[in-house]
Amino acid sequence: MPKITFVQADGSHSEVEVSRGHQSVMEFALENGIGGIDADCGGSAVCGTCHCYVTDPDMFGTIEPNEDAMLGLRPDRESNSRLSCQLSLSDVSADTTITLPEFQM
Amino acid sequence: MNAPAHPFASDLTLPLTEIDVADPKRFELDCWQPLFSRLRKESPVHYQTVGDLGPFWSISRFDDIVEIEKNAEVFSSEPSIAIIDPLPELDIKNFIAMDEPGHSLQRKAFQPVVAPKNLTEFESLIRSRTRTALESLPENTPFNWVELVSRNLTTQMLATLFDFPWEERHKLSMWSDAAVSDERITGKADLTLEERQLMAVDIFESFSKLWQERLDDGVESFDLIRLMQKDPNTKDLINDPVMFIGNLMLLIVGGNDTTRNSMTGGVIFFNENPGELEKVRNDTSLIPSMVSEVIRFQTPLPHMRRTVTRDFEFKGQHMKKGDKVVLWYCSANRDDDVIKNPDSFVIDRESPRNHASFGFGIHRCMGNRLAEMQLRVLWEECLDLFESIEVQAEPTRLSNNFVRGYSELEVVVKRY
Repeated sequence: MPKITFVQADGSHSEVEVSRGHQSVMEFALENGIGGIDADCGGSAVCGTCHCYVTDPDMFGTIEPNEDAMLGLRPDRESNSRLSCQLSLSDVSADTTITLPEFQM
Repeated sequence: MNAPAHPFASDLTLPLTEIDVADPKRFELDCWQPLFSRLRKESPVHYQTVGDLGPFWSISRFDDIVEIEKNAEVFSSEPSIAIIDPLPELDIKNFIAMDEPGHSLQRKAFQPVVAPKNLTEFESLIRSRTRTALESLPENTPFNWVELVSRNLTTQMLATLFDFPWEERHKLSMWSDAAVSDERITGKADLTLEERQLMAVDIFESFSKLWQERLDDGVESFDLIRLMQKDPNTKDLINDPVMFIGNLMLLIVGGNDTTRNSMTGGVIFFNENPGELEKVRNDTSLIPSMVSEVIRFQTPLPHMRRTVTRDFEFKGQHMKKGDKVVLWYCSANRDDDVIKNPDSFVIDRESPRNHASFGFGIHRCMGNRLAEMQLRVLWEECLDLFESIEVQAEPTRLSNNFVRGYSELEVVVKRY
């Protein structure tokens, strides 16, 4: 199975092998004790606190208007910004890296 | 023989169509829970025609509120996010009561000041001020916690955010109180319209003066006024007094009432649940989780309101263009479909951050991390300094359906 490397803002990182399942990257990260994600709303794309930067944007589905609107409120949005609750783990087809921002808000 | 009938005992028996859900008295007496529990069960998307503020829809379930807040196109934030419309004579505008694209353009100008990165720089200042305020409290003598702690600390914080003249900072909380004292939401004659208009003039003049003084003064500062001056979307805001005063008031109310009442609520909840206090005393790493629980349990803003932009069917109910839709956050926070054991104050819940108090979607509370930090620092210092904070009498609650809060909480503190 492919691996996701989660990189924290301070540079520390952990590598987790993707398990089968239909969960989101957010849920997968929380289950594996990855810090740097608050996920206040629990996965409805209405809080913006599971923001992350993806290295392989094409690996995942397109950004829906709701996600785009929430990302739009982040001062630290970049072109590769996503809400990890909207990223499907089953889309992770090869080893990839996901970076967490310095803060969630 | 019989206990006097509870004024809202009929909430459980009257047909729902005959009940005014927005009656502010229900919040003053803190007996709103049974009605909302009934609404969630019997009529989660409920249309009311009775009452002074009707007609409007009441949304009482957590998931329905999320769904509506996701759909900002149909459920507009204009002209008002409170159940009442602005008075034509006092029509101030601000970004929380705006739709896209205007809303985001302005919000983004203010966001950096409450971004967590900026907050870490604020934290030591907040801590030392909190410590000073707590150390100066009278010991073994009853005093009003609302006044000496909650109001005092949130006013100081506001003055810091605006870099407002320190000696005049009491004006900020006075304005904040006035902004939410419209008698249509309090049910009580408070300030007259004329007094509120005069206050708006005072706000404009005070801030215009600060604006002029700071314009191009070259000082590098993160205060909200200089941030407004720096951002292209807000740099000319002063030329639009209605929008200028409106946004100032939004930041003042947003940063004041909410945190103030959560600071008081926490003391009450711990007095009612001493076991929960013991948990935090034994493990202070639970403080952030406890802070979220306090914010959920308090729900300092019981509602937000949207207005339907086109005829729309929601959960089988036909909403018409122009209908008011009131999202009852206080009810969502007690919805057991989403929150386990919601009527209990439990500081170590599984997902304490999953509450409705900050709202959802693009209008979600902008200052939530600041509020959490202020509350965390307050409790870290309280636990360090006080052996006990004992509530002496029932708090005096506000008669208000927009702000769930307190005017008085008599306590006695004992230091270590």
